[in-house]
Amino acid sequence: MALLEARGMKKVFGKLTALNGAELTVQPNEFHGLIGPNGSGKSTMMKCIAGAEVPTEGRVGFDGADITSASPAERARAGMSLKFQITSVLPALTLYDNVLLALQGQTALSKLMFSRTRGLLHDKVMAMLEQFRLVDRAGEHASALSHGQQQWLEIAMALAPEPKLLLLDEPTGGMSLEERRVTGELLAPIKSRCSLVIVEHDLDFIRDICDRLTVLDQGAVLDTGTVEQIQASPKVQEVYLRRA
Amino acid sequence: MTDVSSTLSEASPPRAKRRRAVLPIIEIAMLAVFLLLPLVLQDYLTVFMTRVLILCLFALSFDLVWGYAGIMSFGQAVFFGGAGYGVALLGRDLGISSMLLVVPAGVLIGFALALLIGGFLLLGRNPSSVIFVSLGTLTASYAFDRLARGWYYLGGQNGIPSIPQMTIGSYDLGEGPVFYYLALVILVAVYAVCRYLVRSQFGLALAGLRENEQRIAFFGYKVQHLKAIIFSLGGAIAGLAGSLYAFHEGFVWPNMLGVVMSTQVVLYVLFGGSGTLIGAVIGTVVIEIVSFWLSNSYQDIWPIILGALMLLVILFRPAGLISLIVSHSERIGSFGRPPKGSDHGSA
Repeated sequence: MALLEARGMKKVFGKLTALNGAELTVQPNEFHGLIGPNGSGKSTMMKCIAGAEVPTEGRVGFDGADITSASPAERARAGMSLKFQITSVLPALTLYDNVLLALQGQTALSKLMFSRTRGLLHDKVMAMLEQFRLVDRAGEHASALSHGQQQWLEIAMALAPEPKLLLLDEPTGGMSLEERRVTGELLAPIKSRCSLVIVEHDLDFIRDICDRLTVLDQGAVLDTGTVEQIQASPKVQEVYLRRA
Repeated sequence: MTDVSSTLSEASPPRAKRRRAVLPIIEIAMLAVFLLLPLVLQDYLTVFMTRVLILCLFALSFDLVWGYAGIMSFGQAVFFGGAGYGVALLGRDLGISSMLLVVPAGVLIGFALALLIGGFLLLGRNPSSVIFVSLGTLTASYAFDRLARGWYYLGGQNGIPSIPQMTIGSYDLGEGPVFYYLALVILVAVYAVCRYLVRSQFGLALAGLRENEQRIAFFGYKVQHLKAIIFSLGGAIAGLAGSLYAFHEGFVWPNMLGVVMSTQVVLYVLFGGSGTLIGAVIGTVVIEIVSFWLSNSYQDIWPIILGALMLLVILFRPAGLISLIVSHSERIGSFGRPPKGSDHGSA
């Protein structure tokens, strides 16, 4: 059974149709890339899946349940996690507190008042920071990090609650070549733990880490398949050549 | 990949720079001053300072709601005045003035009113905008003020005079040092509870709410519930303050519920510095003392002088007076609990 199934997704903003019947299927432990030219609807698709936008039409199924009308918090509690396109770490908080904030998000508010869980979460916070090579700066404010490090921190925050599905919207945006390479290294080990949907313009990066790709064009699916199938697809080549 | 387990035994989240914590020093210094004041002040000034302490409690309620959770409430006086009217009616109509009954009643009234208004303004399917909440609470404050002015049972424009004195057993708690120390004990207790709360993991959730409400919803936080809880808690503290105020002053009047009182508490917190608790106390004390002194010395123009002073502080110190002595990072604080030996800790 597929982990994520988005069917007939349509999203209209006034006169603009951002999605026009787009579909996406992601299997457990699959790394799935969502690519396409600028304005093809990739980010809107991610937002509709994560609950940041409500689709005008369509249905989103996740882990066997229909979550089309679920709030972002309900989707997060069901096991879905999102990293936004624009970095949105909390700059006034320390790195440690940023990850702790993400980690305790699904804890009952009554338990948070008594902070009994904090000691239990400490090791998990440190492990996430260690995994993303940020442990030495745990006590610094997030605003002190470089752009690339903020992206890593946000991925660490998104991964902290151990989601079944991680949605990453342009995780290497604004990164140097070296930072992109490291990001690929950091993401590789999570494959055994969760599925990944990633929107990215860097096709080399996508090709290196993804199992399957879906190509969007003008809000609809142009093609979907393995990396090799997509690379050989005349329709995809035509779209990219047309836009080049 | 690095061996995580071996790193964990040594790793702790270090601070970028070790700074001496200033907030606890200010808190202890202010407590010491408050404890000694009745010993050196004349009786009428002790009465004045009792009123200031109760208003500090009121300011704490607003700081919790706005300074920590980012909910702009322009109707905090509804809970303050509502509780004041409630306990005044208990005293007038039922002859109930025992502190053990009227203070919990005030807390309950404030809590219930906040839950009612907060439920309407904050518990929608989507998070409410700042403007919606601000205007909604402002409207509630205006509506309650008009209701009190127009309802004969509540004394209309004159309010409810001659409330009996609050009692503990057979002892009457009139104005003076005893009421002062009672107000101080309650203020310190509420302050301690608030301080614990905002430094707990719940406080971290509040910090997330204030910094980026949309982001934390994607971590699974029920943002609307979080807001409604803190708003109701703020209402309960305002209700506690309102019940003490009513018995201390001996009467209640419509202004206690209205826009003027609601704005006054915003100014206390803005002036002292929001999001620190002690800033709310400092703001209240400074504004009330300066107002008292100016109104004696410059009877005709004191509101203008006070307004100009507040404008200067807000323009040049948007983070309030507290920012003169406490760093930004200490005001935000940290929530992680490091292993022993680490210098990372909560401020």
